[in-house]
Amino acid sequence: MTANQEGAARGGRRSAYNFAYLDEQSKRMIRRCILKAMAVPGFQVPFGSREMPLAYGWGTGGIQLTASIIGPDDRLKVIDQGADDATNAVSIRRFFKKVTGVETTEQTSAATIIQTRHRVPETALEERQILIYQVPSPEPLKRLEPREAETRKMHAYGEYGLMSVQLYEDISRFGHIATTNSYPVMTNERYLMSPSPIPKFDNPKLGKNPAIQLFGAGREKRIYAVPPYTQVRSLDFDDHPFKVQRWTQSCSLCGATESYLDEILMDDKGQRMFVCSDTDYCATRKESQQASSNDGTSGSPAHPSREAEKGPNS
Amino acid sequence: MNAVSRQIRPGRRQPLLSVSHLTKAYGRTLGCEDISFDLFPGEIIAIVGESGSGKSTLLNCLSGQMVPDKGSVVYAMQDKGPTDVLTLKEPERRRLMRTDWGLVHQNPRDGLRMAVSAGGNIGERPMGLGARHYGDIRNEAQDWLTQVEIDLSRTDHHPKTFSGGMQQRLQIARILVTRPRLVFMDEPTGGLDVSVQARLLDLLRGLVMNIGVAVVLVTHDLSVARLLAHRIIVMRRGNIVETGLTDQVLDDPHHPYTQLLVSSVL
Amino acid sequence: MAYVAVKGGEQAILNSHRLIAEERRGDAAVPELTVRQVAEQMGLAVDRVMCEGSVYDRELAALALKQAQGDAVEAIFLLRAYRTTMPRFAVSNTLDTAQMAIQRRVSATFKDIPGGHVLGSTYEYTHRLLDFDLLDPAPCEDTKANIADRPLESGVGRAFDSIRDEGLIEVETAPAGQQAVFDLTREPLSLPAGRDQRLQNLARGDEGFVVGLAYSALRGYGAAHPYVGETRVGDVAVEIVPEELGFAVSIGDITVTECQMLDLFGGSELQPAQFTRGYGLSFGKSERKAMGMAIVDRSLRCRELGEEARYPVQDEEFVLAHTDNLEAAGFVSHLTLPHYVDFQADLQFIRQLRREKSGDHLDKEAAE
Repeated sequence: MTANQEGAARGGRRSAYNFAYLDEQSKRMIRRCILKAMAVPGFQVPFGSREMPLAYGWGTGGIQLTASIIGPDDRLKVIDQGADDATNAVSIRRFFKKVTGVETTEQTSAATIIQTRHRVPETALEERQILIYQVPSPEPLKRLEPREAETRKMHAYGEYGLMSVQLYEDISRFGHIATTNSYPVMTNERYLMSPSPIPKFDNPKLGKNPAIQLFGAGREKRIYAVPPYTQVRSLDFDDHPFKVQRWTQSCSLCGATESYLDEILMDDKGQRMFVCSDTDYCATRKESQQASSNDGTSGSPAHPSREAEKGPNS
Repeated sequence: MNAVSRQIRPGRRQPLLSVSHLTKAYGRTLGCEDISFDLFPGEIIAIVGESGSGKSTLLNCLSGQMVPDKGSVVYAMQDKGPTDVLTLKEPERRRLMRTDWGLVHQNPRDGLRMAVSAGGNIGERPMGLGARHYGDIRNEAQDWLTQVEIDLSRTDHHPKTFSGGMQQRLQIARILVTRPRLVFMDEPTGGLDVSVQARLLDLLRGLVMNIGVAVVLVTHDLSVARLLAHRIIVMRRGNIVETGLTDQVLDDPHHPYTQLLVSSVL
Repeated sequence: MAYVAVKGGEQAILNSHRLIAEERRGDAAVPELTVRQVAEQMGLAVDRVMCEGSVYDRELAALALKQAQGDAVEAIFLLRAYRTTMPRFAVSNTLDTAQMAIQRRVSATFKDIPGGHVLGSTYEYTHRLLDFDLLDPAPCEDTKANIADRPLESGVGRAFDSIRDEGLIEVETAPAGQQAVFDLTREPLSLPAGRDQRLQNLARGDEGFVVGLAYSALRGYGAAHPYVGETRVGDVAVEIVPEELGFAVSIGDITVTECQMLDLFGGSELQPAQFTRGYGLSFGKSERKAMGMAIVDRSLRCRELGEEARYPVQDEEFVLAHTDNLEAAGFVSHLTLPHYVDFQADLQFIRQLRREKSGDHLDKEAAE
């Protein structure tokens, strides 16, 4: 993925931004950190996070990762909470369209780079794909030990007893491990890692995944990675094994029973429905169902705009 | 580690801990100077003296909380035999501290996780060593709660709801759970009522004798030393002024300073 | 249908942008503010944006303020994001504030100081009465302040130089063997932080937060006993050494505020009793910021001076990790982003707990 040196966007009298916004020096610095992160799976590599034109906490880590690896031939998908049309996903996609002009898509299988906040797509990823997570708090030990000087040592020396104490406390209090998202994992049996605030439902997708998974925390200035086919184990106890969420409902739109469901409030009398949080997954299923039942009719009303959006000024 | 190997046979066995010429100064002020002594497996040694005598400096240097200027602290490590712990790398020292060693703080708040239940506090060291079975961890924690006479109904309570004496007993259970061979205690009964002190001392004595752990006990209280220690080291102005078997030193003190200490207690 | 509510993000964003533009412009009957006007007449706001935005450019800072509708933190954000894309031509020599062309210079330590106190422009002795004359634009009258006949000497020493020569003030020397100054804009904060990192962090830090911390140090949540050794405001030359020339050339002057706090230090085993220093420097006229910075700098030196660290302002990691208003504001505001997925996970969990609890209840009843 070579970067285009030409200024991709011109706006205002002073500015002529580089391809993908960041200057090439910064991109190289970030790529070096990515390589280091790939070499030591789960280890948090400090990096010189730049101030981006989007606010800290809004995906600056993921944006910097995407910016430093994206090339003109890439096809980008951005999701927030599983949805392509969530406001911040739209905003980040627009940003990259503006500063790179690359093609964007909502189809998981069509994307080469997927930037995500809080979900892993339901559709299985492939070797040619890179999944980029936006990470608010990269340090899984932070709530137990606020001092970075100390947590760094705990990682270095593999002192992870404290994390188990947290899980122990959950079980003794609730009868279960209460962590429902950001559920801590052990990567490559060496580094304790936060999978970012994905629901624990998505944790099993991290391990042995053919795609490259990169994690970027802009405000906290850390990058970490799970290389393809790396072992990722969710922490648990022998007698309280890791379990994912299950719903008694199925998706009201596509009927899926195996996907993560969002609860939608229908009115103020408590009427609810459950639909897939992954909008592309849901729409793809609906389309194939409709295609098999009646040929040639219109697509899903709920997920209408799925065609690849092309060019900077489409 | 069988029961036999834990018995005290000074002279014939290797010392567990051998301190040589330990010196620590703060600028021009002396902390402790040229301290040497041996500690044998299962032995309890009390370091006594007034505040400012250097006993806390010595404890801090021995337990790895402070780096001395000179000297060595050789410990008979389980995996590699006698080793100067001052030369250990940080991860090894930290590992030693949470497995084969323990430190009982004067203030239990410094040694406990106040926002973690009693069971979790005791379970931390086993979990750090890889215990992965919740039921087993909890059973072991409750076994230790029983040993330190804390009601099992308090297993899931936070230490902040405990009395000072209970907190101190919990702190001890939290350390002894990994069956360390050496424990440092810094005024373990300080800050407790006299009646609570007596019960704690009694309990400590029973536990320590039972599992045969060696103890370096720092105290200004000679009655604590008399009750617990086999041997006494008397310190003054950073130096050892007298050392010997507890009864010997307390009943027949030789050094004028020791005589003064003993008489001021009586 | 309610499900439609999470759709249409793109259109909503575009509309939101239009709405901002409309609100920024306000009543079209009122003449539009020019960037020049902001730069000239909102000078102190511009100074703050330059300082925390880490770019000395009055026009850009004024533009940022105009674009941000006067919101300083938003303007700082705009300037910082712009700064990210700027190439770096050179690293300047150390500013020589001793050679400052002084506009203001005061010391709280001695009544008479060599070179004299210079009050300069300060709000300190104004009465804070709303000036209703400013309600209406007035013709520019010739109300210039009286200017001294001869300019102040340049190169006046610090007010406390006399006692420094007595050895009563800590001597500051550059750390030996340090190759390059840490650059916080290129590398992440690395703890424990050297003084270079700390001072950069505080200079870029949020004024309100830094001043609040300094206040806490004075009010008992800290050990500060500071005296203003000297505060000076004025212009200093920025010099660089171009590689092809090999000697320093001045590339222009910038206005800065410098504050040196002297703090009573009772001495330790290693150091005699003396006055120790805290240092603050800000772009433009930002005296409050420079003073707050100097107090916090001194408080954070507690470890180096062997003092006990008991309070937030003495806790390096606490202070340095939370000064940056971009980081702070961004993270707080990100809570408005959807958290449907996480919330759903927690919701499921709470339902499960309640179900189990009522299940327990039923089991017990059944057993009875």
